[in-house]
Amino acid sequence: MKFTVQDPCQLVRKTFGDPVADDLRYVVKAVVGEENFIDMWPNKSNNYCCGGGGGYLQSGYTEARRYYGKRKDEQIKDTGATYVIAPCHNCHAQIHDLSEHYGGGYHVVHLWTLIALSLGMLGENEREYLGEDLCDCGLCTVDDE
Amino acid sequence: MSDTKANHPTKLARPSGLSFKDKVAELLPEGGNLNLCLTCGACSAGCPATGLEGMDPRKFLRMAALGMDEELTTTPWVWMCSMCTRCVHVCPMRINIPQLVYHARKSWPEDKKPRGIVNSCNAAMKTEGFSAMGASSEDFKFVVEDMVEEVRESQPGQENLEAPMDKHGATYFLNQNSREPVTEPDEMVPLWKILNMAGCDWTYGSVGWAAENYCMFEADDEKWEQIVRTKIKAVEDLGCKYWLNTE
Ligand code: SF4
Ligand code: SF4
Repeated sequence: MKFTVQDPCQLVRKTFGDPVADDLRYVVKAVVGEENFIDMWPNKSNNYCCGGGGGYLQSGYTEARRYYGKRKDEQIKDTGATYVIAPCHNCHAQIHDLSEHYGGGYHVVHLWTLIALSLGMLGENEREYLGEDLCDCGLCTVDDE
Repeated sequence: MSDTKANHPTKLARPSGLSFKDKVAELLPEGGNLNLCLTCGACSAGCPATGLEGMDPRKFLRMAALGMDEELTTTPWVWMCSMCTRCVHVCPMRINIPQLVYHARKSWPEDKKPRGIVNSCNAAMKTEGFSAMGASSEDFKFVVEDMVEEVRESQPGQENLEAPMDKHGATYFLNQNSREPVTEPDEMVPLWKILNMAGCDWTYGSVGWAAENYCMFEADDEKWEQIVRTKIKAVEDLGCKYWLNTE
């Protein structure tokens, strides 16, 4: 099982730069295990926007938004990851839509979901975005998207 | 994605007064470097919006340099650029194309701007929390308290879970995107658990609790500034040290 991470433009390129992207990877690797992490290319400050930013999701330009997101979708598919960690709301919504629209089928999760899961404190109702493969611990009412 | 104009010679307007580009340059530090383009194309090659509406960032900038202000301020492409700043990052001259895009957005009359963005901005202006989904602070508070109570009762080990509201002197003032309290409140819980486990001293605030700011996407300077200033004041009024907003 592989995990990749989306560097949110707002957090990384536009605000704290590569150091925060490194911090993000430190946390992600600690949570999922270094050997299960795979980076997109390009990444960090050089990452592509997913197409959820700038008000895109509310703009009504759905077709353009998906055209824009195609590059992200391909970047994700190239990693072969089954999970995309999206530490930003707009990224989460957009990448989730890309996965469904382009049929990639990868799951999109908030970082907090995986941190809480790894700490053994993720509740039954807090697993909306997890796939069947992570719904063990006898907790999950399988709600695979 | 066809560009009908591309195949015909373009007649340039005679300059009268400052061009759109020059007006924007006056507002930006170092003039946004808007006159320094080498036409290398690095921006366009790495822009996911390249090709939409027959436009790309280099072309947009060339059109600005040529004073094609009418086209610049009417192309819907400005709403298809996400203002992600990747073009600035790769540009050898650090040219601020997204600021040019922002100002082109600004020049649209409100009734022509994308409805969804305008409505989200207006909804936010009507609530003290600035929720683009129009959620009131009372509702937000209710949902949060309700969730905390439920988790405390139903999840072993979470008996002391907290999600403080308007806690004076907390170290961190945390914003929350409206989407969670409105459509999927369970998604807030893992975040609270992590903050609690880390012993973090944090709070939500009834004023300015919502993280989003669609007025900025709408390029309505007055409104987005009011939102930011009010949020900052809310953080200061509660005596918090840090304002956490990831959006
Ligand atoms: S990357 Fe910069 S210099 Fe090169 S074409 Fe784009 S704006 Fe011009
Ligand atoms: S800011 Fe706009 S023009 Fe620049 S790379 Fe991003 S989407 Fe393209």
